[in-house]
Amino acid sequence: MTLAEVKEVLQAELLTNDENNLSLQVRSACASDMMSDVLAFTEPEALVITGLASQQTLRTVEIADAVAVVFVRGKRPAADIISSANEKKIPLMTTEFCMYDACGLLFNKGLCGVTEQVRKILSKNGSR
Amino acid sequence: MVADSSLVQEYSIKRWDFTKAGEASCEIKNTLKQIGVSQDVIRRVAIAAYEAEMNVVMYARRGKIRCEIDTTIIKITIEDEGPGIEDINLAMQEGFSTATPEMREMGFGAGMGLPNIKRNSDVFEITSVVGRGTKLKMIFNL
Repeated sequence: MTLAEVKEVLQAELLTNDENNLSLQVRSACASDMMSDVLAFTEPEALVITGLASQQTLRTVEIADAVAVVFVRGKRPAADIISSANEKKIPLMTTEFCMYDACGLLFNKGLCGVTEQVRKILSKNGSR
Repeated sequence: MVADSSLVQEYSIKRWDFTKAGEASCEIKNTLKQIGVSQDVIRRVAIAAYEAEMNVVMYARRGKIRCEIDTTIIKITIEDEGPGIEDINLAMQEGFSTATPEMREMGFGAGMGLPNIKRNSDVFEITSVVGRGTKLKMIFNL
């Protein structure tokens, strides 16, 4: 799914300044307010869906090779975070949908989550 | 053992410096990209280093992260002066956390940090002395 499609499905606003980035593709999505969960379970080229509008969200995306962030519940990061995202070319969007609804809408359009990755990790740990 | 010809980088980490938290790991990541390390290894190193860096920022007084790269391995060492860890086995369990509400507001404290570091490294060693500090050593095979 392209970021343009994500934006349309979530009626989201692009917070960063390069509309060309909307042609980027995301292959899966990871939704969490806990960045360690995102680091553990995201795969490269993922979309991060979160209510955490902090500098650490941006760092996590950069470290985990995710593509973009959608902030839910109308959250907006501070101007310095948006400016930093522009420098790093990481698209940020905000939507008024809550996390549950945002995930449901994207899943319904075919964007899958990271359950396989979670299962892989749980089985390696012998938790199941 | 890292050969004498290895590339070495070292960064200081300060307590509660959330603005800069993660910068060292991002710089290590950029260096690995520049020297052509595979994307999978870069990602594992970056995730492990970042989790370890955040632990120092959140829990310790100060610390250092050192990255040594040679032709066969990448070695990351993180050493801090801090409270140390009383029960390492407990701290290694997913979901166990001593994070404060402030740390959780930053998106950390899910009890995934140390397990994430171990999972992403090929070799992982942790030693800690209560009241003095913690040392992590991670090795990634190239």
